[in-house]
Amino acid sequence: MVDKIDARGLSCPQPVILTNKKIKELGKGIFEVLVNTETSKENISRLAQQSGWGVEVKKVDEDYCLVLKKE
Amino acid sequence: MSKITSFFATRWGIVSAGAFVGIFAPLLQRWGNPGNMGICVACMERDISGALGLHRAAVVQYIRPEIIGFVLGALIAAVLFREFRPRGGSSPIIRFFLGFFAMIGALVFLGCPWRALLRLAGGDGNAILGLAGLTVGIWIGVLFLRSGYNLGRSQKEMKFSGWVFPMVMIALLLLLLFAPQFGRTPEGAPTGPIFLSQKGPGSQHAPILISLVIGLCVGFLAQRTRLCTMGAIRDVILIRNTHLLSGVLGILIAAFIMNLLLGQFKAGFLNQPIAHTDYLWNFMGMALSGLAFALAGGCPGRQLFLSGEGDGDAAIFATGMIVGAGFAHNFSMASSAAGAGAYGPIAAIIGLIFCIVLGFTMREKIA
Repeated sequence: MVDKIDARGLSCPQPVILTNKKIKELGKGIFEVLVNTETSKENISRLAQQSGWGVEVKKVDEDYCLVLKKE
Repeated sequence: MSKITSFFATRWGIVSAGAFVGIFAPLLQRWGNPGNMGICVACMERDISGALGLHRAAVVQYIRPEIIGFVLGALIAAVLFREFRPRGGSSPIIRFFLGFFAMIGALVFLGCPWRALLRLAGGDGNAILGLAGLTVGIWIGVLFLRSGYNLGRSQKEMKFSGWVFPMVMIALLLLLLFAPQFGRTPEGAPTGPIFLSQKGPGSQHAPILISLVIGLCVGFLAQRTRLCTMGAIRDVILIRNTHLLSGVLGILIAAFIMNLLLGQFKAGFLNQPIAHTDYLWNFMGMALSGLAFALAGGCPGRQLFLSGEGDGDAAIFATGMIVGAGFAHNFSMASSAAGAGAYGPIAAIIGLIFCIVLGFTMREKIA
């Protein structure tokens, strides 16, 4: 079961804080972040790249599901 | 469209948006806006507050078209790029008072973070104290954010709610153009409802159309690039990320060069336009604003751009700022060139206490 963060409706910078916490907690692996704004999507993608994690973005209805991966 | 979107998301995208502000703010000053105030979200909202009669400081009353442009420019960008999403309900009353106290702090310093940058770019050394205070305020905010502070989730709202704030801006534009007057006192002074300064900073302004068009462009670019002066400092402290900071440096450097070219650069602490030299309260005022912006998730400009995207919580923050400006002048809390107002320092301390209490108490479990 992949860890999931629901960051929908959270204002800046909460989605980034939650994602950063998870990145530090896991070190490597895979998890998903659910966001509902373009800004959060960009911010999390930027954070992931900065931390050496890969990002795949999937559109789910009106939201975005970001899959973060690090081998 | 997606190519444009990806350019705006890059570092060069946000630097261009910052440079646009840095180029046109000094030009707005050249075209009529007050000194080092080509763009200042706090000062301009304060002038709007005065024009609506919410305060009666006769020298700072004007409906600034730049503010109207910021919201409508962001609205246009959000609609074009399908990002217009009406939302709200994340601690609205808290956001109102964060806006209120952010304005109190800004008027103790005499400017928002945007103007702090423009003041520095114009050679005003007092801005250094303001920017230092801003950084300390944001740093305190980051400590709260790290330890679990948040204002809870917003909810999707019905389409119409996102249009309310932009419509208020259109109403403001009409009030500026028609400036209705209902009468005069026996002494001949206009009784409003719209007040427009005859002298002082409020009477200094670029032509309406120029202000509006530049405001629209800034709103459009800032919505696309997420330009945020508070976020710039916050992200460096919080996640060691300099993306937003590069936009802010774009403003600072472009404005510095423009001021040199236009002969508007004057280095020093004394006799700077619309500024005072009270170091302590320059610092403390911006510290309060910085903390309030950090707790609300955006600088005053960003709050306007988010309002244009349909974010009702940001619109409430902006409304809190406009109301706060009314109180700041009516209760002698705003500074002047002579220094801090009679009740500015105590109001700033009350604001800081309010923000610190929030930092410790607003901690809904979100994950």
